[in-house]
Amino acid sequence: MSFVLETRQLCKRFGGIIATDKVDFRLPAGARHALIGPNGAGKTTFINQLTGVLRPTSGTILYDGQDVTNWTLRRRATAGIARTFQINQLFLDLTPLQSVLIAIGEREGAGAAWLRPIGTRREFIAEAVALLDKLSLADQRDARVGALPYGKQRLLEIALAIAARPKVLLLDEPAAGVPEAEREQILDVIARLPSEVALVLIEHDMHLVFRFAKTISVLVNGAIFVEGTAAEIGCDPRVRQVYLGEEVIDHG
Amino acid sequence: MSEPFSVSTESLDAGRVLRSAARWHWYEIVFWLVAGALFFLVPTRLALLTEIITLGLLALSIDLVLGFAGIVTLGQGAFFGIGAYAAALAAKWGAGSFPLSDPILGLLFAGAVAALLGFVTSFLVLRGSDMTRLMVTLGVGLIFGEIANQMRSLTGGADGLQGVDSAPLLGLFDFDLYGRTGYLYSLATLFALFLVARRVIHAPFGLSLRAIKGNPLRARAIGVPVNARLVAVYTMAAAYAGIAGGLLAQTTQSASPDMIAFHRSADGLLMLVFGGPGALYGGLIGAVVFRVLEEIIGDITLQYWEFWLGLALVLTVLFVRGGLIGLMQAAAERLRRGKPEVRR
Repeated sequence: MSFVLETRQLCKRFGGIIATDKVDFRLPAGARHALIGPNGAGKTTFINQLTGVLRPTSGTILYDGQDVTNWTLRRRATAGIARTFQINQLFLDLTPLQSVLIAIGEREGAGAAWLRPIGTRREFIAEAVALLDKLSLADQRDARVGALPYGKQRLLEIALAIAARPKVLLLDEPAAGVPEAEREQILDVIARLPSEVALVLIEHDMHLVFRFAKTISVLVNGAIFVEGTAAEIGCDPRVRQVYLGEEVIDHG
Repeated sequence: MSEPFSVSTESLDAGRVLRSAARWHWYEIVFWLVAGALFFLVPTRLALLTEIITLGLLALSIDLVLGFAGIVTLGQGAFFGIGAYAAALAAKWGAGSFPLSDPILGLLFAGAVAALLGFVTSFLVLRGSDMTRLMVTLGVGLIFGEIANQMRSLTGGADGLQGVDSAPLLGLFDFDLYGRTGYLYSLATLFALFLVARRVIHAPFGLSLRAIKGNPLRARAIGVPVNARLVAVYTMAAAYAGIAGGLLAQTTQSASPDMIAFHRSADGLLMLVFGGPGALYGGLIGAVVFRVLEEIIGDITLQYWEFWLGLALVLTVLFVRGGLIGLMQAAAERLRRGKPEVRR
């Protein structure tokens, strides 16, 4: 079996704290994978290393069989590793349409074009509009991003990641803090992503996790505690123990 | 123009806001017509107007770097001064004849030298916070200033270079005593460079600069090569500042340490903040207001000019979002309330 993303003995230390502890992680193409674990388990730190926001202390990251450990965030993004951020990272003074157009423009290699106004790139605009429609952002297309409600900003986070047409999409708590109605929208959007895109979801809401994930890794203290199919993890007593007092796993 | 069938009417509608922002507005046309008309309206103050144009171009170059790409700079005056010396030296070496003393070639030379130094120093501003960038650009500016001051054989040291004559513009028009040629030449140069800048900001390149300013982390995460874009815009802005300095040297037939001094950078930044950054016209309007007020207040009470300047600066920064341009936009917004709001 070939893996689109893989880590070998990945370690990240911050001073005396071990945030990632010899993680061997394998993500097959088209995966629907969830990364769960208690707060402070190192989930976001792990994602940050996969995407190039942080450099690992030691270990290797392979993407499509290629060693990308020393690649920058931008290079990995261009190669097809996209992500959303736990805390919104958006262009507050631009509009959703402009934001998505930038992502599409860069993907198509037109980002440095300086002569032709972006408004005349009809093929880009058509794609951006279709994407924003899909994410229920049609009515906010030309509004200032900074003025959008939080739930809409979360949807734009996802739109920006999808606009790059990634092969791997890492979603860092996409639904955290989002009102119930928009939560459903986010789930729908994720469910409708092309099946060849490998998805990794970090999420605390276990209902959401078990609805979405086919496979799950449980991260505890920076190390992979247990891995398996959703069904296996759901009835694993050790996992229940880790979460005891935090949340009761209840899959369905 | 015929539309491809595959594009829905809805998406045509969607790009409308972007296209309308890129289109020429009536007030822009008025601005440039007035600038041209001043040639006839105030023929006795063309030297001042020419200086304003060079300062406006300097402020425009700061706008590209600060207003769009978000790099705080206190060093743009160095490129202005380098351009001034480059143009003056070219004219001097050519002894008033083609090709070295040709004004347009001289300007290109000034722009190229400034662009080269801008490119080299751009790598220093890629990293770091606003504070780091402020200090790095300030430091680089001071270094260039002192180098110019010390290289006496080349720059004339504290005396500068005086009486450097350019060849007639296009081989036809002499730089006359009243500054007629100088004004039209400077205005044409400003307009040409403004057109390029205007193109750039509405194109994907300009949009990506605003993305970098807004959130460099996210910009990288969607594939924007942040460093390459910053190097490009910093180099471009240095060329603009160099051409501005070159214009001042050619039209005043001199270059002096004053043109490369720190206060150029500070003045340029001031003008931009007054006028409103991130709008292209802010620097131009700021330069007009700055120099005209300096003249008026200076006539009344010479020693208090900086008092009023300081007060105006404090009030602008504290209470006016987006400078004079911001004020005008807010006023226009109030006038057409009821109509749907269209954002830039």
